[in-house]
Amino acid sequence: MAVYKQTYRDYEGPRTAGWSRFLILMRYSYARVFQSRFLVLFLAMCTFYPIACAALIYLSHNSPALAMLKLQSNVLPPIDGQFFYVFCVVQGVLALLLTTFVGPNLVWPDLANGGLALYLSRPFSRAEYVAGKMTVLLVLLSAVTWVPGLLLYAIQASCAGWVWAKPNLWLAGSIVLGPLIWIFVLSLIALALSAWVKWRIAAGACVLGLHFVGAGFGEAINEILRTRKGSLINLGEVIHTVWGSLFDASRGTDLSLTQAWIVLGVVCSLCLILLARRVRAFEVVR
Amino acid sequence: MQSVIELAGLSVRFGKREILKDLSVSLSGLTLGLLGPNGAGKSTLIQTLLGFCPVAKGSASVFGHDIRHHLRQIRAQIGYMPENDAFVGDMTAVTFVRMMGELSGLPARAALERAHEVLFYVGLGEARYRKLGTYSLGMKQMAKLAQALVHGPRLLILDEPTNGLDPSARQRMVRLIRDIRDSGRMYILLCSHLLRDVEETCEEVLILKQGQIVHYANLEKERSTNRRFVELETSGDGAGLAQALARLGCECTALGTGRYKMILPEGFDLREIYRAAADHDLPLRRVSYRRDTLEDIFLKAMEV
Repeated sequence: MAVYKQTYRDYEGPRTAGWSRFLILMRYSYARVFQSRFLVLFLAMCTFYPIACAALIYLSHNSPALAMLKLQSNVLPPIDGQFFYVFCVVQGVLALLLTTFVGPNLVWPDLANGGLALYLSRPFSRAEYVAGKMTVLLVLLSAVTWVPGLLLYAIQASCAGWVWAKPNLWLAGSIVLGPLIWIFVLSLIALALSAWVKWRIAAGACVLGLHFVGAGFGEAINEILRTRKGSLINLGEVIHTVWGSLFDASRGTDLSLTQAWIVLGVVCSLCLILLARRVRAFEVVR
Repeated sequence: MQSVIELAGLSVRFGKREILKDLSVSLSGLTLGLLGPNGAGKSTLIQTLLGFCPVAKGSASVFGHDIRHHLRQIRAQIGYMPENDAFVGDMTAVTFVRMMGELSGLPARAALERAHEVLFYVGLGEARYRKLGTYSLGMKQMAKLAQALVHGPRLLILDEPTNGLDPSARQRMVRLIRDIRDSGRMYILLCSHLLRDVEETCEEVLILKQGQIVHYANLEKERSTNRRFVELETSGDGAGLAQALARLGCECTALGTGRYKMILPEGFDLREIYRAAADHDLPLRRVSYRRDTLEDIFLKAMEV
């Protein structure tokens, strides 16, 4: 209909499949997120360490290049579980910073002006809404964690051949699973805080605070009470424990694997409860 | 004819408070006005139909779909304009309406085309690339209407659409609602405090009070069967005139010195009033004739 004919016209065209609609939220969220130059710059920075690791893998398999650089092969670290564990730790910190920047912007703009009622009055559920917003972080954080990790694994496998790849196939699973657990936890925390605080800067500060203040308090509790239970509120140490087990790497943490999984389970449950309470079409004032 | 909305003993509770109490009605008119004082449960009824509030007892259906089992199908056929602010501040109107269209199932290309169309239709064509956060209250109301229309719903639910609008913006909104009604392509459920809005746009009214239905009427039928009134003001004592008119079948009530309200019988000729006044040599200072308005119907319902 031409716009000058200002009478109401019905829509009789085709409709899209219901299952794919949560991806619409992801598309629109990306359009908003990538308006920031800082984010693009930060994403570029996130590739520095994986590129350095790729160069290291290449060098460790290239004697002429090592000779040219006047380096001994034993100077370079072995490409094993410990190597990928360190990779996950470094990229995990970058993922945390990325979450702090992107996560708080996802839910609060919809809550601040009552936009949620409009989303949920359509054939679109609360779970789909959360899934749509979460996918934004899942994809973005994957791009800086397990995707480059898997690429490094592929480079190493192609350089070292099947002799290395076959006994280290489990590493590929750990490279995907370890960061995915971290991404899932970070995404839930960011969405829950974004829904709860309704203010971008405060929500970002809360995401960071949860990690650094938690770590600080945990250490203080450990020192004052002469216990190691304070590490339970140190999310960094919790995830390092899980990663250490997944990569079979020396981790130097005070927690058992069971304790770490319980803490992650509790954190995720709390975030889901927060989201269930806040992501509603309207608020009931009792 | 299939009913648009059917309620069967519907009750809704918030905690211990019962907001909607045992509502039963079948609505099939093209435009329905939902009236009631503050706290009557109008918005709760709308939110229940949209599946936002859990049903405590009874059932409700929209286009034959039960709200507890076929919510997705119901929502696909509804366009909802909420009462309060509802937008994403840092989005342009066209992006926002397009996104809402896509979420309702329109393909991206069709959603963009429809977004432009409906924004022009509601009068926001020139402002469609502005961010919603910068819109005035009237413009936000129009943007809310646009997002409710973008996917071509079968039922349009408007919750206080003229809230906070200046007279000209209100007129524009009412004109749009009437235009949509006259297109005959969708049913409209209009919830408002403003009786005039409902009177100008709706065929049927459902009046709620304290969570219960106190009146349901077809406005046209109601108007045709309503009683007619005359309010008289005379300069002297009009007792004689009142008696004379009572003899002609009018019900007279004295409202004060020289002031009377008369309910006229069917087929009463208004000229009889002037004849009787002339017979009693009584000057008439004021004669105002009117029928029951929606306001009378509403106030009567509120007395129940």
